[in-house]
Amino acid sequence: MIQYKEVSKRFADGTLAVNDFSLVIPAHKTIVLVGSSGCGKTTLLRMVNRMTTPTKGSIEIDGEDIAGVDPVALRRRIGYVMQNSGLLPHRTVTENIATVPTLQGMGKAEARALAMEMMDVVGLERSLSDRYPSQLSGGQQQRVGVARGLATDPNILLMDEPFGAVDPIVRSELQRELLRIQSELGKTIVFVTHDIDEAFLLGDKVVILEKTAKIAQQGTPEEILENPASEFVAEFVGANRGKRHLTIVENDNSSDRFVLVDGLGRPAGVLELSASQRAGSDVQLKQPKANSVSKARSVSNKTVQAGDA
Amino acid sequence: MDFIIQALGYIFDPVNYLGENAILPRLADHLIYTGLSLFIALVVAIPLGLFIGHTGRGKNFAVAATSSFRAVPTFGLLLFIVLLNGLGLWPLVAVLVILAVPPLLAGIYSGIQAVSRSTIYSARAIGMTEFQILSKVEVPLAIPLMLGGLRNATLQVIATATIAAYVGLGGLGRFIIEGLALHNFVLALVGALLVMMLALVIDLSLAGIQKLVTPPGVATVLTRKATDKQPKILAKIAQEREG
Repeated sequence: MIQYKEVSKRFADGTLAVNDFSLVIPAHKTIVLVGSSGCGKTTLLRMVNRMTTPTKGSIEIDGEDIAGVDPVALRRRIGYVMQNSGLLPHRTVTENIATVPTLQGMGKAEARALAMEMMDVVGLERSLSDRYPSQLSGGQQQRVGVARGLATDPNILLMDEPFGAVDPIVRSELQRELLRIQSELGKTIVFVTHDIDEAFLLGDKVVILEKTAKIAQQGTPEEILENPASEFVAEFVGANRGKRHLTIVENDNSSDRFVLVDGLGRPAGVLELSASQRAGSDVQLKQPKANSVSKARSVSNKTVQAGDA
Repeated sequence: MDFIIQALGYIFDPVNYLGENAILPRLADHLIYTGLSLFIALVVAIPLGLFIGHTGRGKNFAVAATSSFRAVPTFGLLLFIVLLNGLGLWPLVAVLVILAVPPLLAGIYSGIQAVSRSTIYSARAIGMTEFQILSKVEVPLAIPLMLGGLRNATLQVIATATIAAYVGLGGLGRFIIEGLALHNFVLALVGALLVMMLALVIDLSLAGIQKLVTPPGVATVLTRKATDKQPKILAKIAQEREG
């Protein structure tokens, strides 16, 4: 569990990045901090491993105030994944993954074996083990970054827009991979992004931030979509732009696939009925709105068919 | 052409190798002055350059100091010190050290500064100590540029150590001074050619070492991306490596 207690951060140049922020992050869940650039979300993330120190307030991990913990020791027990991977260009994939275990005195052979296991966990071919980061694709580099973050088996994983710099197809692959890894490992993940779709896809709980890290709304993706707390949230999640308001286009050829369109009439996805749904398809079609809201998580992603959700 | 052939004849004639006023003892002197000066310059420049590069502190001072020191006329300074303190080895070594420190310093701190900030940030964020960041990330990645600085300094010191002869310390400059004084241009050319060959041999060896110690993952980055994405200084190194 991570707890922010009335945390503020004012930078040396006088900018107030975070103002009186309090939040409890439960263990073994994925919490996504989402907001526009400059809302202080990255600053909040960096406070957890003391890459930034709050000017006011405190942060506790499992009840322990981290201000009293040696930063190096703290960082070694917290996984960290950043945009552009941050890998060491002069080290191979396995050396990069095992960086921290090696610093802690793990022998070479053992470190390599561990790194190989981590490659399996994040879905990297073992044949890439001796490549250098510059010889990998962007998506592969990010997988190495995630493997490095997990190598010490930390309880907490901090992810700072880790998929921000890869193309949409690779990003959605990496997102699904992260969901799989999280379902197996159950880490406490703090994930920062500016992409609301990514936030809704990955987050057990989503925290939407305004300027100076003011919490606009926190809750499950369903809660936020169903009941945006303010105009700002509605705008941010796209509810009042019609992006999330999906309706079914009736089709004449009586197949079991229906095209969904958003509030602006643009196709947003396909709804496919299962056999059991087909039996009561009249009911389904009469309640398109309720149906589409609860499926919005997958429909909004456009890569998963609504009926699969 | 005659001069050159005669000079080369002198250089490759074994008779001129040993004995007083021969090539080998003067070459040895020249190498001793060069090595001693570079050694002292490295002792000064390495800790200072690493400190400036890692912390970024004192960078403006270093830039100003290195460029103004580069403007110091070495020969004038040597005569000045000799007039004040009399003849001896140390005035010569002092001016050569002053000559060698700026390029060494520049190579070291700019090498470290050229390491990507996000690489250093992430090394810190995963739990490296400041010393580990310096020794395991910054120095290995900066080695090619640092050796570039060493090559610069070495070339300058080898060329400039010829002035040792003006203060009675011999070295390869002796051939040049004698040649000029006796209007024996072949002899002067012998000195010039020997200095040139020495500089080339040592620079090529250092270039070889530079290639050997460049980390493999970095070599590909240097040659592939240097021209468009990396800072200018890296592009320059890459060109040198390719050329």
